[in-house]
Amino acid sequence: MTESDVLLKVSDLHGWYGESHVLHGIDFEVREGEVVTLLGRNGAGKTSTLLAIMGILAKRSGSVTFRGTELIDMQPRHIARLGIALCPEERGIFSSLSVEENLMLPPRIADGGLSVERIYDLFPNLRERRSGNQGTKLSGGEQQMLAMARILRTGARVLLLDEPTEGLAPVIVQQIGHTIEALKNEGFTIVLVEQNFRFAASVADRHYIVDQGKVVDMIRNNELEENTQKLHDYLGV
Amino acid sequence: MFELLGISPPVLMGQLLLGLINGSFYAVLSLGLAVIFGLLNIINFAHGALYMMGAFVAWMLLNYVGIGYWPALILAPIIVGAFGILLERTMLSRLYHLDHLYGLLLTFGLALIIQGLFRNYYGISGLPYQIPEVLSGGQNLGFMFLPNYRGWVVVASIIVCFGTWFMIEKTRLGAYLRAATENPVLVGAFGVNVPLMIMLTYGFGVALAGFAGVLAAPIYSVNPNMGADLIIVVFAVVVIGGMGSIMGAILTGYLLGIIEGLTRVFYPEGSAVVIFVIMAIVLMIKPEGLFGRPA
Repeated sequence: MTESDVLLKVSDLHGWYGESHVLHGIDFEVREGEVVTLLGRNGAGKTSTLLAIMGILAKRSGSVTFRGTELIDMQPRHIARLGIALCPEERGIFSSLSVEENLMLPPRIADGGLSVERIYDLFPNLRERRSGNQGTKLSGGEQQMLAMARILRTGARVLLLDEPTEGLAPVIVQQIGHTIEALKNEGFTIVLVEQNFRFAASVADRHYIVDQGKVVDMIRNNELEENTQKLHDYLGV
Repeated sequence: MFELLGISPPVLMGQLLLGLINGSFYAVLSLGLAVIFGLLNIINFAHGALYMMGAFVAWMLLNYVGIGYWPALILAPIIVGAFGILLERTMLSRLYHLDHLYGLLLTFGLALIIQGLFRNYYGISGLPYQIPEVLSGGQNLGFMFLPNYRGWVVVASIIVCFGTWFMIEKTRLGAYLRAATENPVLVGAFGVNVPLMIMLTYGFGVALAGFAGVLAAPIYSVNPNMGADLIIVVFAVVVIGGMGSIMGAILTGYLLGIIEGLTRVFYPEGSAVVIFVIMAIVLMIKPEGLFGRPA
């Protein structure tokens, strides 16, 4: 891996909620077009890592670079404008907006986003639900799809997906897996936070193991077999 | 039938019209409060003072610069809105991370200062402002006499209220506003400049107050206390309608103006308190307000 391939590089990232120190020096890097997961137990600091990259966890130190630009002192809106988009764990669908308004809300920040037609091809359920409906009247799975769909339009090339499969039926999880594959083929770079290890294994290139606010290991997806025992120890599954 | 009750139709219609006019001011002012509260979570106690400023700016434009009513109807809200933006940038924006109460206290203090300054320079006797030429006179509708200017106030307020409603509920700009009202952090993380939106929203809400002030100038005398008298009623209207609902603020404004007018016909002694009685009842039965969502 040469330095120039690295799109997003996180080094010695610390983060705090008020006085509570939750990230203790996160290190990882993501190359263009890769799907990388952050795996770990509840409370390990996976979500906080995404929020710190995005600048939403404002009290942070260390370094986050995107295409060589340092993000650590930037506001979330400026980070977003560079082409990084977040699909938050709680999905963040706006109840006072219709499905279509939710989809069209994030402003375009660059060329190269998916067309609305392509998005509806990826998420056929949303096409059926597009008109009239209040965003939060959708089912959990549809809300998750909407939360992913709306950041594909904007031209952002790095997607931070926070537990997209949480609480969803297996058939929907499968559909989201296919979507992530399709996005990878479209050239999106994806950082995926997951608890569902089997899902993570089905879509990702590499896995970073997060424990107590630190990255403790990295496992390539094709080396999973020989590392199964190690993973079980890390994740306690 | 009205005669049986000892009430003549012209009296009834006259009070209804008066109620509708008061309702127009309630609607425009509570709309501004609702827009501001939605995004800033601040109860803008300075709203009455800024309404008064709107009337004074119109009076000053006329008497110092010779700019008449129609340009003032546009200019005064812009001037008041710009003043609001100045307040937001220099003071209010420092309070967003604190409890709502601090914003309320600050705007209450600002209201007292603004009113005090105007009282100091212009006294409390009130300054006259002529009805514009085109709108002087009135129409005889058969059952009652409708002064043109009062008709215009009702029409103008309806246009502004529903224009604002349309902008917020039906346009892309409004979608940003509604989304930022729900979750400003996420909207910021999409790349939207939320602090700028907040500033412009406060400016717009305050400009609505300024607009109402200009509308009021030819009807009520222009005096430093005109806002303080009105704003207490408007707060009751907002409580009844429910904080943060745009259509709720508008409809409740007109409705309560009319109820107040009817009370003046059927039970004049109650007209000064009827709105507060309704407020107490609504708070007991539906504390989130008629159009509010449960918190």
